Amino acid sequence: MRIFRILGRNIRDSFKSVFRNFSLSMASISSITITLLVVSISIVLSYNVNNFAVLVEKDVTIVAFIENEATDDEIKEIEEKINTLQNVESYEFQSKEDITNDMIESSDIFKNIMEGWSLDENPIQNTFLVKVTDIEKIGDTANLISEMENVAVVKYGEGMVEQLVKVFEVVEKISFIIVVSLVLVTAFLISNTIKITIFSRRTEIGIMRLVGASNINIKIPFILEGLFLGILGSIIPIIITSYGYMALFKNFNGQLFSPFIKLINPSPFVYYVSGVLVMIGILVGMVGSWRAVRKHLKI
Amino acid sequence: MDLINIRKAKKVYNTGVTAIYDLDLKIKKGEFVFIIGSTGCGKSTLIKMFYREEKPTSGQIIVGGIDVAKLKNSKVYKLRRQIGVVFQDFRLLEKSTVYENVAFALEIFGAPKDEIHKRVIKVLELVGLKNRLKSYPNQLSGGEQQRVAIARAIVNGPKLLICDEPTGNLDEETSSEIMDVLDEINKLGTTIIMVTHDRKIVKKMKKRVILLDAGRILKDYEEGTYKNENI
Repeated sequence: MRIFRILGRNIRDSFKSVFRNFSLSMASISSITITLLVVSISIVLSYNVNNFAVLVEKDVTIVAFIENEATDDEIKEIEEKINTLQNVESYEFQSKEDITNDMIESSDIFKNIMEGWSLDENPIQNTFLVKVTDIEKIGDTANLISEMENVAVVKYGEGMVEQLVKVFEVVEKISFIIVVSLVLVTAFLISNTIKITIFSRRTEIGIMRLVGASNINIKIPFILEGLFLGILGSIIPIIITSYGYMALFKNFNGQLFSPFIKLINPSPFVYYVSGVLVMIGILVGMVGSWRAVRKHLKI
Repeated sequence: MDLINIRKAKKVYNTGVTAIYDLDLKIKKGEFVFIIGSTGCGKSTLIKMFYREEKPTSGQIIVGGIDVAKLKNSKVYKLRRQIGVVFQDFRLLEKSTVYENVAFALEIFGAPKDEIHKRVIKVLELVGLKNRLKSYPNQLSGGEQQRVAIARAIVNGPKLLICDEPTGNLDEETSSEIMDVLDEINKLGTTIIMVTHDRKIVKKMKKRVILLDAGRILKDYEEGTYKNENI
């Protein structure tokens, strides 16, 4: 009970202190707000990029067309060769008949054209659809397949995929660096705020020591103050992230520029992001104030 | 029973200045002791060692059973809870009311609210400020502020009340009122040690008087025997 009473009073006092030193608190809160906004943008961006990359990776397929002259045995041989390739995750054989039937079923226009074809006239080729495990090595794998006998053309998005993957990686790295440095700067700013709070409350601390407050008793309110600053600083970023992202998602119908780039569904994504933002705010606030307390509250 | 027992206490500051030389002193429970002497005689250093604001360089200082010299920084609060301290400059929280200033000393122990209320009202009654609960320090006179400081110092029932020139900033009449309050507290059983420059007060109170000079006890006057006007 006693501990709860002490804690309750500490929480009350820390809260009071945030509002008593309002201009100072505002500076810290704004700093956290800005940091968390950037953190939020980075998270949203990198998760979407990641999501997009995963979708692309899932979709990227090497399409190997088999020459129509190839015999069944030769096709078998190609299949075995593909099977032994290291980077191949899975492959699928589609015979020209399957493809023709699929296309006929999919649209009346195709039906009209294709039903007139005889088996020899049919220009469609037997095809292997190959998916790779490592998207970065897709070029090498495609080359290996194209070198095989009787394999005509290999298509896999021709370089675009590799470029995209590289761009994603750079974006991710840059946003990570920005986030880390901003977090450090904010922790430092909060540390400074708490330092000033400590100095401005010298008398109070002196009196607390005089009347027999233990060290923890004196330190906890400052740590809590940092924590509150963190929470208060995360409010605006959370609101902006949640509503902003939902609006964005709605506005673009869940996709950016083309159906190819899909956005992550806002629910539950924005809740996770909000949770992460509060946690980072609290952590940065507490680490910052702990640093100040350790350095400037020598008791 | 001795509340304070000092044996061969010595204090040398980092600057090389020796403030207290091999001092021996015993103060009994319930005593009222004045410590007087000229500026720089070591009286402030001496009382600061009682509440462990300063540590003796050598020797032994035992206050209420606690060896001050051996007390760890992190345990100082245990000593402080047995001691109330009042200063010349009051040291009140400017942004808190009279009631909050006094309650502050109990809140940090996690005392229950109704108990805090009971005790705060009781001490404020004792110092004569029961009708100023909601006032802020800057709305009070110097004498009233010092009463608040005294109330805060005694609210958790310390064995010892240390007063460092409590009347230094107050006029004669107000000082006399403060002394009445202190005398009252002493009669209720609290040991009081008071540092002062005010010889009029010392003479009027007729208590034990310790005269310090250059870090040594020059004279220890028994209760009521201090009459020297020159020091």
